[in-house]
Amino acid sequence: MWKFITYLQSAQNFYQFSGKAIPWLGWTALIIILFSLYGGLVTAPADYQQGDAFRIIYVHVPAAWMSLFIYMVMASAGFITLIWRTYSSEVVAAAAAPLGASFTFLALVTGSLWGKPMWGTWWEWSDSRLMSELILLFLYLGFMALQTAIEDRKTAARACAVLALVGVVNIPIIHYSVEWWNTLHQGPTVTKFDKPSIHIDMLIPLLGMAIGFTLYFFSALLARVRCEIISNKQHTDWVKRELT
Amino acid sequence: MDMQTFLHMGGYALYVWSSFGIAAVVLVLNFISPIIRHRNLVKQIRKKHTRK
Repeated sequence: MWKFITYLQSAQNFYQFSGKAIPWLGWTALIIILFSLYGGLVTAPADYQQGDAFRIIYVHVPAAWMSLFIYMVMASAGFITLIWRTYSSEVVAAAAAPLGASFTFLALVTGSLWGKPMWGTWWEWSDSRLMSELILLFLYLGFMALQTAIEDRKTAARACAVLALVGVVNIPIIHYSVEWWNTLHQGPTVTKFDKPSIHIDMLIPLLGMAIGFTLYFFSALLARVRCEIISNKQHTDWVKRELT
Repeated sequence: MDMQTFLHMGGYALYVWSSFGIAAVVLVLNFISPIIRHRNLVKQIRKKHTRK
């Protein structure tokens, strides 16, 4: 593992490794997502209270999980950038931000589409889960804005890393918001310490979607990483050799 | 189960299908855009180096 991490410290190795890993991750993600969609939309029984509307769970919950997971990836990469000043971690943090923003956007939009038929409202300003997730979206967008606002790449990466680390405070707030405050949003169903309160035929496609989204995220992340690397390193000899 | 009941989603078709539709669009765009950008970058860098 450690050897692999030091191996990826070289931009050239990281670029070549990504090129090989993207199709593997991407195809596996696609297959798992398609199977889970079938499980979630066809095989799983309708919910006894929500009917078929509950099926939105198969995109909403994995998207929300991803929005938190990607933030932790981004913040960890930022932390490594601040401590060890490594190039690869800068690139990973920069590439993760737009993907994190996309999943957060999806969690909010699908939540809204679920809230309308179930709660009778698209949005509730006083709801802590909704607001903390909205703040997460702003953190991602702030990160991306800061990135483009600062000319020098190294300075930008460091400033963004600080922003990302400060924003980590929001992550436990999102997670525990449904327990700390009264909200419209329901409490956790799967990540409880005792047995999850969900039928197994409903649970498996949900976990499948989460795994599929995670693999998808890594393939899309590496695709962005590759662009960043050849754009930054276009004057180096290995890029010239690679492309000719 | 026939196709019509499946598409109907117990009356929630609008909400269910727009959720999955938006997700599909966002995920596909996020995958395609770096691939297109990579292709353009490669073209651009090649051009620069052959000019010299």
